[in-house]
Amino acid sequence: MTRRVLPALFAALLLAALPTAARAQQLVADLTSHLVAITTGFTGASVVLFGAVDGGGDIVVVVRGPEHETVVRRKSRVAGIWLNTRSVAFANVPSYYAVLANKPVEDIVPANLRQLHEIGFDNLKLNPAEKAKPGDVVSFRAALIEEQQRSGLYNKQPGQVNFLGDRLFRASLDFPATVQTGTYLVQVFLVRKGDIVAAQTTPLIISQTGLEADINDFAQNRSLLYGLVAVAMAAMAGWSATFLFRNA
Amino acid sequence: MDVYLPIAAVTQDVFVLLALGLCVGFLSGMFGVGGGFLLTPLLIFIGVPQPVAVASSANQLVGASLSGVLTHWRRGNVDFKMGAVLSTGGFVGSAAGVALFTLLRRLGQIDLVISLSYVLLLGTLGTLMMIESVGAIVRARQPNARRRRLHQHTWFHGLPFKVRFRRSKLYISALLPLGLGFGIGVLSAILGIGGGFLIVPAMIYVLGMPTSVVPGTSLFQTVFIAASVTVLQALTNQTVDGVLALIMLVGGVIGVQYGARYGAKLRGEYLRVLLALLILAVGAKLLVDLTVPPDSLFSVVVRE
Repeated sequence: MTRRVLPALFAALLLAALPTAARAQQLVADLTSHLVAITTGFTGASVVLFGAVDGGGDIVVVVRGPEHETVVRRKSRVAGIWLNTRSVAFANVPSYYAVLANKPVEDIVPANLRQLHEIGFDNLKLNPAEKAKPGDVVSFRAALIEEQQRSGLYNKQPGQVNFLGDRLFRASLDFPATVQTGTYLVQVFLVRKGDIVAAQTTPLIISQTGLEADINDFAQNRSLLYGLVAVAMAAMAGWSATFLFRNA
Repeated sequence: MDVYLPIAAVTQDVFVLLALGLCVGFLSGMFGVGGGFLLTPLLIFIGVPQPVAVASSANQLVGASLSGVLTHWRRGNVDFKMGAVLSTGGFVGSAAGVALFTLLRRLGQIDLVISLSYVLLLGTLGTLMMIESVGAIVRARQPNARRRRLHQHTWFHGLPFKVRFRRSKLYISALLPLGLGFGIGVLSAILGIGGGFLIVPAMIYVLGMPTSVVPGTSLFQTVFIAASVTVLQALTNQTVDGVLALIMLVGGVIGVQYGARYGAKLRGEYLRVLLALLILAVGAKLLVDLTVPPDSLFSVVVRE
């Protein structure tokens, strides 16, 4: 009896689940590639985000890179020479941050939701890692964002999400050559009448590959051995050079 | 052909790096100097971060000075006992230097200290060389000039722990070479230099070593101090770019050979005037870079 009941039960469950499944499928999005490999001569990369919405709405995309404690230093002129004089360290600073949308974000998402999901630089949480003067924190926070924008790691203006017809959308995520390795999170929000009705998070991995990556790994993780190997290789090169030029 | 330097995290043309190594090697062969004091600033000029330039230069020096010391060894011009004492001082000095380097890096002042030290060093060195070589040119035209006394006794001959250095025909306090090695070790860690241009005059005028064993012994201690700096930098700061060092080394060892042959054909004093000018120019460029208002007052560094 169980043999006959189970498939029936399964079918019933499937039927019951279908409308919710359809509702959950209001938003589908994916990346053309989930892995960006940094190899020799890496000059940056573009990854295309594409997807479809059911029932209309606007799309907001937030891309965040791996977070690190980050120090912002300010130079001043002392005796004619420019040197670092003041600094503020911020905790958990995303190494990459970009917002993309099909319309100006302010017109789509209300302020409270933008704050909640850290959409836009005003809402990006950047807290000092150590005690710092409140005045400094404000100016150094602005400088941090500006510097990151200058190096292309934070986008200046929100990027463009393009709709192809009513349902399909696509957007290009651009990463500069100086991009950090690690796991990036691509959050896609479907917004309808000032409310986020669906969201999806897709990871993107950026990693170094090839010989350079192996050397870097070696230097970071087995530093002593790396140092000894570096010395040995240099010594070998020097020693073989005397051989080559012995009779010259 | 571009090559990505894994530790420096910059892409450089491999031929530019080879040419740089070749030029510095050529100069060092021609003038008999180590060339580290030119290599590090030049690496900084082409965009290698200061800490990586310093540590990788030290790595390159291991190979370059080993190549030199082997040649001197075959001719029997190395005082191993003196070299060992100098290196012992150098080990302690390089450890102290790397610790200082790490502290300065944490404080965000390492770039400044490297640049400023180079400005001071190259400025002094260039000026002294200029005075010396111009003086030599003048003296060469007045053959009756008075000669320098060969050996003078000063306070440091009264220091304790006297040791006999047979090869150098010396009986002096071990504290002298130990202290000298310590100083070179500190400088080597912070500046990525072998210190030949400092230790050679010190060996001749302070220790009173015979000039025949000076270059070999100086190179001998450089091998050990540079090796010690390389390992310690790799261990504490992960700033040694082995790929960069090897490329420079290939250019360097070839350059040295041709430089040495070419140098033998030229008049020493005029050559030294040229080197002094070059050294002063590099120092001046570093100084100007420090005084030019930066593009941005702020800089962002990820803390590991």
